[in-house]
Amino acid sequence: MSKDTQILEEFTSSEYKYGFESNIEADSAPKGLNEDIVRFISHKKEEPEWMLEWRLKAYRHWLTLEEPKWPNVTYPEINYQDIIYYSAPKQKVAPKSLDEVDPELRATFEKLGISLQEQKRLTGVAVDAVLDSVSVATTFKDKLAELGIIFCSFSEAVKEHPELVKKYIGSVVPVNDNYFSALNSAVFSDGSFCYIPKGVRCPMELSTYFRINAANTGQFERTLIIADEGSYVSYLEGCTAPMRDENQLHAAVVEIYAAKDAEVKYSTVQNWYPGDKDGKGGIYNFVTKRGICAGDHSKISWTQVETGSAITWKYPSCILKGDHSVGEFYSVAVTNNMQQADTGTKMVHIGKNTKSRIVSKGVSAGKSQNSYRGLVKVFKRAENARNHSQCDSLLMGDRCGAHTFPYIESENSTAQIEHEATTSKIGEDQIFYCTQRGIDEESAVALIVNGYCKEVLNQLPMEFAVEAQKLLALTLEGSVG
Amino acid sequence: MSNAIKADLKQNILNNFKSFEAELNGQSRSEVHQLRRKALDSFESVGFPGVKNEEYKYTPITKSLGKEFDFNNISKSGTIESKKVNDFLIKDLDAYNIVIINGQFSKEYSNVSSVDPKLSIQSLAEAFAEQQALLSTHFAKYANSESDTFTALNTAFSKEGVFINVDSNYIVDKPIAIYFISDADREKVIAQPRNLILVGKNSEVEIIESFYTIGAETSFTNVVSEIVVGENAHVHYAKIGLENDKAHHIGNTQVYQAANSVFNATTATLEGGMVRNNMNIVLDAEGCEANMYGLYLLNGKQHVDNHTMVDHRKPNSFSNELYKGIMNEKSTGVFNGKIFVRQDAQKTNAFQSNKNILLSDDATINTKPQLEIWADDVKCSHGATTGQLDEEQLFYLRARGLSKESARAMLLYAFAHEAIEKVKSDAVRDYLDKLIKERLNKNFQ
Repeated sequence: MSKDTQILEEFTSSEYKYGFESNIEADSAPKGLNEDIVRFISHKKEEPEWMLEWRLKAYRHWLTLEEPKWPNVTYPEINYQDIIYYSAPKQKVAPKSLDEVDPELRATFEKLGISLQEQKRLTGVAVDAVLDSVSVATTFKDKLAELGIIFCSFSEAVKEHPELVKKYIGSVVPVNDNYFSALNSAVFSDGSFCYIPKGVRCPMELSTYFRINAANTGQFERTLIIADEGSYVSYLEGCTAPMRDENQLHAAVVEIYAAKDAEVKYSTVQNWYPGDKDGKGGIYNFVTKRGICAGDHSKISWTQVETGSAITWKYPSCILKGDHSVGEFYSVAVTNNMQQADTGTKMVHIGKNTKSRIVSKGVSAGKSQNSYRGLVKVFKRAENARNHSQCDSLLMGDRCGAHTFPYIESENSTAQIEHEATTSKIGEDQIFYCTQRGIDEESAVALIVNGYCKEVLNQLPMEFAVEAQKLLALTLEGSVG
Repeated sequence: MSNAIKADLKQNILNNFKSFEAELNGQSRSEVHQLRRKALDSFESVGFPGVKNEEYKYTPITKSLGKEFDFNNISKSGTIESKKVNDFLIKDLDAYNIVIINGQFSKEYSNVSSVDPKLSIQSLAEAFAEQQALLSTHFAKYANSESDTFTALNTAFSKEGVFINVDSNYIVDKPIAIYFISDADREKVIAQPRNLILVGKNSEVEIIESFYTIGAETSFTNVVSEIVVGENAHVHYAKIGLENDKAHHIGNTQVYQAANSVFNATTATLEGGMVRNNMNIVLDAEGCEANMYGLYLLNGKQHVDNHTMVDHRKPNSFSNELYKGIMNEKSTGVFNGKIFVRQDAQKTNAFQSNKNILLSDDATINTKPQLEIWADDVKCSHGATTGQLDEEQLFYLRARGLSKESARAMLLYAFAHEAIEKVKSDAVRDYLDKLIKERLNKNFQ
């Protein structure tokens, strides 16, 4: 047992490796939030009038809302007037090729191991890199443009494809949806925009790397993915953030629209700074992610690996409106030290013969709290709706907690809903079984945790799986070999 | 709108408490009364649950009560003919019978005179006067007014009900059956019976609580039962709901278990308008075992909400739960099961299962099986399913010559029976079986 304790100690004491801050001059707004700030952001981004109106509407609605208190997490009150809502790296001319990108900026990416050139050459991944709030480089754009695929930063989309943005923004996550989505709608700085035209199968994985940089900057990205009839896209999102003591708020919004026969696969690896051993610092990650299967036979699949952030509060959801549409949610959430995670999904069955699948794997260690909260709702006309949910929790150490709050609501007699959940720890007998076969204890723990998460990790695209495994290993350092 | 109802109801209750206090004849300085006042304070601060209250999210009890009651007259006694009372008694059950009419202990119909000295059964009002030591140790010590507003309401007006004390090392020779009857024949009725059941070390007892209404008026029953299970003691408990379609029922069963004790519960709700059953079990020692079974058969516009909570406080305890429901027509079923494992409660084993069948497109089921685990060396699992009858099973029976109706009834009966087969006494089980069959044939075709 003492070896176990030692492993856990090593695990708990492992430091955040991606903590550094690059010195790029930032063009920041003053602290605080009011209508002027909203106007300032909109002006900075040279947005049209309708966009500003939309932001102001969201801001005014936000003022009437109260911060939600129901998640199973605790944190000091956030002072929304103490946050800088806009910060853009100074750059006068938009870069046309990688060579024009600020070398210091590129060095930052290189430290993270996502050299744009390397990516371009070796992996064939188009990377829309977001450093702080402005997209600085977009690759593979020409290649995608040949197919009619639009993949650009949000502000570019507002300028160049206003009709698409106007039509779909807020259609999945309305401005008045919740406290943080309203905040995001008012002050979002940038993000990614993606449109796949009819019948096109996107030939490569689209990917955005988010990175929070300058101190005291909340990041409010907005991502909008539109998959038109019969199209397919796989979208990757991965995050790392520099180490810092002050808590940072991150309230992103992701909207996915899937038309008839379209399929969208959205994968996330999140490894933001979780705070130190005593829970000091770390990112507050309050995200609204939602997709709508608007057309028949459409499919949206969420896969997430959550290892970072002091507090994670997010529920990637699917609204299954089209008949025969499919929603999937695969999640691994690992919490350590003082981390808190309240995450899960919502599957809303509206159309006939809709199907959803939920697989959630939680691992809690240290003094962390890990909650699964999910809703499966079957409306009256959702005949033959089918859901299977499975949420398992693994506990490492006796100071952590694992909680499950599934809501199942059915109004249709032909629906079949199944939910199962288990909570357990790595059994002494399992470890014994491995050590008996010559596997040392540390590798045994690694083996078991890997096997436990496999079902979800298998869902990740090849290019991403490597990074996910790296991050899992980093978070579970000491216990995963 | 609902806020206005809330405020009105609350104000009526606060007014009513003053007249209730005046009737107590100078007892208002007693220890018990201080508890009542405290409970009223917690009720006053919380009030009736609104639509945003998580615990009452799916059960709009406040709205429904607000429509029907003004709460200006909370406790009332009633008289019922003995013939009617006899109709309710469970056939072939040899038991100590206690009859509670509109929340009042009826000496006339209860047969508790010839009991062994190791067992005492009396009205709670009597016990307040005669059993002060026991009451001050146990009364309102388990059912927490702060955590549930209806418990607070009951405690504030607690006066009548049943007190049962089983001494140590005594196996009660026959079951104790408590019949709660609301007489809503002439007017609306509100009853708030309060029960305290103490079971000593190494003892065993079976307790049956069943609820009925007479007449077609609306009734509201807000019952609280506190059950203390001593070391090594075994308690078998059954709660049977047979009130009418206009009845509102809030029941709180609060169980406290000492070391190596066993508590087996079956909660069967076969009739009722809007029913809420709270079953809270605290396992405050090692080696405890708690088994909970539940069944709800609903049709029409009936609404039944089962909330269960098992609080594992100490290591090496075991809990097991199985709740089953069949919803027909426009009925709504709610299940909320919570397993709470505290940090010290290592080596806990807890299982929970909820299975539902929806028979109509207008029926609704909301289920929320919850786990909150703060210890690492535990085995906890839960499962929930919602579906319909298996086509293949139906086909199997029909291929053997059964009509569609009887095949359905047979499968539903088999589904339902599992939830009540652990009831201890044969007479009660047969009684339930018969009721289930009747209902499946009558309402579920």
